[in-house]
Amino acid sequence: MAEATIREAGPVGMVTFRGDLGAEPVQRALGEVAGLDLPERGRAAIGARTLLWMSPDELMLVCDRGEAGALAADLSARLDGVHHLALDISDARTVLVVEGAVREVLAKLAPVDLHPSVFPVGAFRRTRLNQVAAAFWLVSETEARVICFRSVAEYVRKLLDISAEAPVAGLYD
Amino acid sequence: MLTLTCPCCGTTAEETEFAPGGEAHLKRVGPGSDDAAFEEYMFLRENPKGVHFERWRHAYGCGKWFHAARCTVTMDVFGTYSAQVTEPPQEIRDRISARRPGWSWREFA
Ligand SMILES: [Zn+2]
Repeated sequence: MAEATIREAGPVGMVTFRGDLGAEPVQRALGEVAGLDLPERGRAAIGARTLLWMSPDELMLVCDRGEAGALAADLSARLDGVHHLALDISDARTVLVVEGAVREVLAKLAPVDLHPSVFPVGAFRRTRLNQVAAAFWLVSETEARVICFRSVAEYVRKLLDISAEAPVAGLYD
Repeated sequence: MLTLTCPCCGTTAEETEFAPGGEAHLKRVGPGSDDAAFEEYMFLRENPKGVHFERWRHAYGCGKWFHAARCTVTMDVFGTYSAQVTEPPQEIRDRISARRPGWSWREFA
């Protein structure tokens, strides 16, 4: 029996944001538009929408596909005069949903310590899955979301499928 | 295999998550320099057995550049530090001195 199931999340809205994440106007605009507290370094803030910590000056807002453009415009309107970038880049990436023994499935593909003491639920990591750039976060102990560029989505999908074929080794029990 | 900690995002990962960027702290010589100085800048690199300073980029992670001080023999990483400096910080030099007394690299020691 496969240890995990993998499916595409379907249409997902993604807004990239770059700016000074420590600046008060930026924090206020992001918090109000996303409806979330900003994530700590290396974390995902998960609610009705999701905010991913991409780098020291970059977050990604994951939302409904239909609202991404409006949210990006709303951010830019609120930050008129403040140096920033807010852009709907939903077409750039694909989101995959992994359910099951997600720690083992991901650990076989990424140079990441997935032990719960190091990578708890809510942790977010940009890294590689075998040969391509990807990122993932844990929604729960049995569900992970993986994002990768749309151009390599089929490759990543197959990687995850192959990784999920092997029986659970019990590394994280 | 090297294990590096990116000082920009705090992630510790093995080297396949990073991209090497060559020797650190090169000083560009510009128009008007003589041929020898330009050759030195353009082509001549340190190739030490021991303490070395390099640039790295967290290519699969946060995307940022940084500096690393490491030993080419043992794969010890003495520390990583900001890309926005022109010489190794004193803290990094002290850490190297504690492990490799008497070290030197280019004009630094
Ligand atoms: Zn980094």
